[in-house]
Amino acid sequence: MTELYEQQRAMRAMRKTAMQRGVIAILDIGTSKIGCLVLRFDGQEKMRETDGIGSLAGQSGFRVIGAATTRSRGVRFGEISAMQETERAIRTAVQAAQKMANLRVDHVIATFSGAGPRSYGVAGEVEVEGGSVTENDIARVMASCDVPDYGEGREVLHAQPVNFALDHRSGLSDPRGQVGKRLAVDMHLLTVDADTIRNVAYCIKRCDLELAGLASSSYTAGLSSLVEDEQELGAACIDMGGGATGVSIFMKKHMIFADSVRLGGDHVTSDISKGLQVPLAIAERIKTFYGGVVATGMDDREMIEIGGDSGDWEKDRRRVSRAELIGIMRPRVEEILEEVRARLDAAGFDHLPSQQIVLTGGASQIPGLDGLAPRILGQQVRIGRPLRVQGLPQAATGAAFASAVGLSLFAACPQDEWWDFDIPAERYPSKSLRWAVKWFKDNW
Amino acid sequence: MQQIGADQYARPEPPMTRKPKKAKRDPAPSRWAYRVHRMWLTPFYRSMLRVGLPTFLILTAAGWYISNPTNRFAIAEKAAEIRNSVESRPEFTVKLMAIDGATPVVDAAIREMVPVDFPVSSFDLDLEGMQQTIAALDVIERVSVRVRPGGVLQVDVAEREPAIIWRTGGNIDLLDRTGHRVASLTERQVRADLPLIAGQGANEAVGEALALITASGPIAPRLRGLVRVGERRWDLVLDRDQRIMLPEIAPVEALEQVLALDEAQDLLDRDITHIDMRNPGRPTLRMAEQAVEELRRIRSLDRGEAGQ
Repeated sequence: MTELYEQQRAMRAMRKTAMQRGVIAILDIGTSKIGCLVLRFDGQEKMRETDGIGSLAGQSGFRVIGAATTRSRGVRFGEISAMQETERAIRTAVQAAQKMANLRVDHVIATFSGAGPRSYGVAGEVEVEGGSVTENDIARVMASCDVPDYGEGREVLHAQPVNFALDHRSGLSDPRGQVGKRLAVDMHLLTVDADTIRNVAYCIKRCDLELAGLASSSYTAGLSSLVEDEQELGAACIDMGGGATGVSIFMKKHMIFADSVRLGGDHVTSDISKGLQVPLAIAERIKTFYGGVVATGMDDREMIEIGGDSGDWEKDRRRVSRAELIGIMRPRVEEILEEVRARLDAAGFDHLPSQQIVLTGGASQIPGLDGLAPRILGQQVRIGRPLRVQGLPQAATGAAFASAVGLSLFAACPQDEWWDFDIPAERYPSKSLRWAVKWFKDNW
Repeated sequence: MQQIGADQYARPEPPMTRKPKKAKRDPAPSRWAYRVHRMWLTPFYRSMLRVGLPTFLILTAAGWYISNPTNRFAIAEKAAEIRNSVESRPEFTVKLMAIDGATPVVDAAIREMVPVDFPVSSFDLDLEGMQQTIAALDVIERVSVRVRPGGVLQVDVAEREPAIIWRTGGNIDLLDRTGHRVASLTERQVRADLPLIAGQGANEAVGEALALITASGPIAPRLRGLVRVGERRWDLVLDRDQRIMLPEIAPVEALEQVLALDEAQDLLDRDITHIDMRNPGRPTLRMAEQAVEELRRIRSLDRGEAGQ
């Protein structure tokens, strides 16, 4: 635990230096594309006098100065499967983004969707020392959480305090300075496979970049796609990516659950490829141009040239109706949504007061999904696009960039995590100076 | 021509054949290309390559060129040639010298002192030096030397005006009002119109001397000159070897006193050799030898009469 703590703190320190330097890169390692944004931080925008809140909800402290995407290689289900290939793809994206920004970036924050995220809700409780709650008390209460046995070979990716309770009052977001006796905390712990993290870190290191942070793409997609009141009242964000579909539930502006389904748009493509006997590239093209999930009478008459370069005239001149294509795509999309539904049910989403669901990610752009999704997920479904951030090129404003944009928001105003607080003295591995100071404070 | 073999009976190539797919170029930059690009984006390397390296190359090339003495010589020669071609242009040629405000003698002297071979380039003229040389002449009070448009070396001269003649030892000098030497004279008679002073240090007090000469208006025809005595006071010398010895302080007033006495009692017409005004409160007279004897004779007559 301490090792992880040190690691995460090191990353946080790196992020701070990057912020001071003013330039940081965002890397979204996806299954179908790898996106890289270069952010420049100009410091907080000056508050205008007429208006209480700055533009873009105060999130305009940064500006995207470089953006590039490249077709992803060597990534399956949101996890790196071929290191060399992924490294090359990352290099391509980073170089293009650097070229656009005309600036060298050294620090990068990465996000990935796979690695089997698992959510844990943990709670801790502690007696407040000396009247009012101090930062040290918060550190202690977080340290007092009973960490579940999340298994060998897994690492904590996020550990965010979502709720503080002081005596009988709950729902505090920041209890510092308040007077009370017992301080309790609810913490959300997200663990992922350690190997995946290691692979990502290795790839980024091979590209001469410093890893300054990691985030789960389900989380970052939620940050960018859910509007503020949805985050406050409770909503689920479903990030339908290429190889994995991320699910995250937000409540009171905190993520309280995250999961990922190892199904995505690439499976729809491979279904089309298999069903129509065409190569994957053509299947992808057919999907994006003619795809859909709700068939109408018109679709029976709309014939699609499949094309191909097999050399066999008969094979290359085949035509299918759009209805057939929809007939191939729809079951797979339904399967994905049902899987998501199952995860939401397992998380107890139906007990939340608000049942808002936001679909985002590249695969959410299938026409007709807004008709299909409510049948499976419930009535309050909308297709979401990420927040507009300053300087983002038009090509990168689509739903496919939800997690990249969310990651830049995460970089600009990160959520407090467990490792942002100092380890309380009694948890320190050795009797350090801090321990001595505490002893003096207590006894003198 | 065609070889007969199995190929003859082989199926001909179909007219539309699939071209073998070329391996797509890898869009990813190689590790080194990536590193070089990143290095190029680093401001330090960028400025080094864009500014530092060209500067270094230019300086090195220039240094190498200059280090060769032949090249250095060629550069100097070329520079001199360019300079010469500019200097020798007709716009900069000076053709003659014009001297204003000088008497013919001085004019000739200046032309002799500052010999210039006309025509000459104005760059070659040392105007400062010429001015100093000309100003070193005693007769010159001020001089300005400049090159006038039209290629004329203009020398404007103001000459000192001789106000007095000073005789020391064997020399006779002309002095101006301030006591500065103007020129030498061979004979006093050449400038009979000017008053004469003599004695060591007389040139230091020319102003006083002139004031005395002005004040001695009524006896001007008789005035022969002024003599500086002991470098501190004046003697007024008249004809018939008469002298008026003036005090060091306020000599003009003393002279006026003497003139007033002369007016009233014809003092100077009498047989007196010196009128000593060195103590103005007690003027003293020295009479001539003959006059003294005459006086004694007259007195003895008086006494004799009185005694007889």
